[in-house]
Amino acid sequence: MLAEYTGAVVILAVALVLASALLGIHLLVGPRRSFAEKDEPFECGERPIVSPHQRFSVKFYIVAMLFILFDVEAVFMYPWGALFTELGWFGFVEMLTFVAVLAGGLAYVWMKGALEW
Amino acid sequence: MEVLLPVVLKTLFIIGVAVGAFAPVITWIERKQSAVMQDRIGANRADIAGITVLGLLHPLADVIKLLTKEDVVPAGANRVMHMLAPVIAAVPAIASFAVIPYGGIYQFGDTTVNLVVADLDWGLLYVFAIASIATYGTVIAGWASNNNWSLLGSLRASAQMISYEVTMGLSVVGVFMVFQTLRLTDMGVAQDSTFRIFGFLEHFGLVESLGFLGHLTLPSWGILLQPLGFIMFLTCVMAENKRAPFDLPEGESEIIAGYFLEYSGMRFGLFYMSEFIEVVVIAALMTAIFLGGWSIPWLSQADIIGGITPVFGAGVATALCMVLHVVTFFVKVIVMIWLQMQIRWTLPRPRYDQVMDLCWKVMLPLSLANILVTGLVILLIQGAKS
Amino acid sequence: MSAPAVFFYLFGAAAVVSALAMVLNVRNTVAAAMSLVVTMISLAVVYVTLEAHLVAALQILVYAGAIVVVFLFVVMLLNLRRDTFAPSRQLLTKGAGVVLALGVAGAFLQLVPQALPTVQEIPPDFGSYAAVGRTLYRDFVLPFEVTSFLLLAAIVGAVVLAKRRLD
Repeated sequence: MLAEYTGAVVILAVALVLASALLGIHLLVGPRRSFAEKDEPFECGERPIVSPHQRFSVKFYIVAMLFILFDVEAVFMYPWGALFTELGWFGFVEMLTFVAVLAGGLAYVWMKGALEW
Repeated sequence: MEVLLPVVLKTLFIIGVAVGAFAPVITWIERKQSAVMQDRIGANRADIAGITVLGLLHPLADVIKLLTKEDVVPAGANRVMHMLAPVIAAVPAIASFAVIPYGGIYQFGDTTVNLVVADLDWGLLYVFAIASIATYGTVIAGWASNNNWSLLGSLRASAQMISYEVTMGLSVVGVFMVFQTLRLTDMGVAQDSTFRIFGFLEHFGLVESLGFLGHLTLPSWGILLQPLGFIMFLTCVMAENKRAPFDLPEGESEIIAGYFLEYSGMRFGLFYMSEFIEVVVIAALMTAIFLGGWSIPWLSQADIIGGITPVFGAGVATALCMVLHVVTFFVKVIVMIWLQMQIRWTLPRPRYDQVMDLCWKVMLPLSLANILVTGLVILLIQGAKS
Repeated sequence: MSAPAVFFYLFGAAAVVSALAMVLNVRNTVAAAMSLVVTMISLAVVYVTLEAHLVAALQILVYAGAIVVVFLFVVMLLNLRRDTFAPSRQLLTKGAGVVLALGVAGAFLQLVPQALPTVQEIPPDFGSYAAVGRTLYRDFVLPFEVTSFLLLAAIVGAVVLAKRRLD
């Protein structure tokens, strides 16, 4: 089965070579005439007064956290889906219980307003 | 060596077609189609000695322009990460083609030709895994640029991408259940057949015999077996690609260009390229999962080869069938690209809260319901059989 | 050396190096998180060479693709600077870390020789999603169901922790 991975290795190598070749050619061909004003971070001509490195909204953290949890749920469903007919009713009820608990979690998150932006 | 050569050839073919031909041409199609839809003329200026070929020289001009522009890195940026981000965005987009079959499995005497670069056991999961790595390209780009707009754009991009990753996975679980596989080549083979439209009436014993209705068949394509899955998956992958109507990370009107604001020259070019390569990836993926892959409706591989063999012999018949299948696959890919362009230039951009609501409050419950209904139907059909 | 063995040692070394890079990079937390992504991907390659195909897929999907994203978000969310930690406390955490690491290493060195199985032929579908799935959904039903409660607890915990800031 490992022989099948040859293709994945080859295509990744080709993609890497392609991307770095484009960047490399650009580095060689592109001009370089930099001065202080050009190097400033772009803010439509204004001098930046606030550093971008500040704390940002906790909503992004909640989304990321929910993403992990539901991603793990989804991951459990992939092999289950591909084995569905083999597992039959037993597998169906098994997954129904599993999802029911997490659907409860989704309902809780929804009620608490954590999905509001 | 005998393993490596066919793999390299297949890799060069798919990258040549998808990245070398399709991606540049659809940058032109994008401009031309928007022009048609907005009653403009569109790209037609680039020429070599006065010959414009309908503006098809524009992609070439774009490449030359991007390569010869200055590479500006803003002050205070993290130079290594700034350089790395476009590579992280572009490489996964290209590498996704590894598991997408652009043709079936053909038998030439003793040798088997399988027209897919890497026929992995976990097929579609490879695409999901690769797509999840691409998220870092946008996060790092925004963070490394030392620019407020970039950071805001990359936050929007990453939150949107990870949210839709969940529903993207859940919306194809129904397909896994119908075809009983994760492997894209197996899905292609399964879709190279037909089912009787009213077969279920006979199956459940509702009627004795279907008569002439029994001859009415449809190809067993994913789109017909999982219509809701098709719509949801298309929505999710388009949101993953961050193109309009899901282009909030770029949001020209409020955050200028989002995460790649501080990118110029070929570094920007890689982001731009990966966006269009992903359009091709999406089209190819949708074709392989939902539009029957390389198969020709109502004409299975056995039928085609069986039909031509008496005239030309088995070897030529198989080769002809292979060419026919590859052409069919790319025709379907072109249709899916056209559909994406149509959607991109038709729908306006929603607000960010609407995008997130659509994902968490509509798609997530809907995809779970889709899995439930699919499971029930499959079990009922199985139960009636035994 | 066969190709899988080459990949095993190459990416095993990459995993160690990138893990060290993550731990030692205290100045730039985002770069440290990216080193962790490299570690996760290297581990996935190691799993593939050991024929654990589904585990490799999940390693990338869940660890490299999801968990490190949350790390990255938290790092960017809090945006801690080096001086946020008092030097005295830093010494304490470092000391505790060293003790813990030595303890784990000791236990590991003691357990590994006993736990190493003898090399045997593996079935042809070893590590495929079908083989892992059958075991998981047939033989380990209870642990599988309990996982859902674990995830539920995590969902509630995340919301409760963040809710105070939301309101």
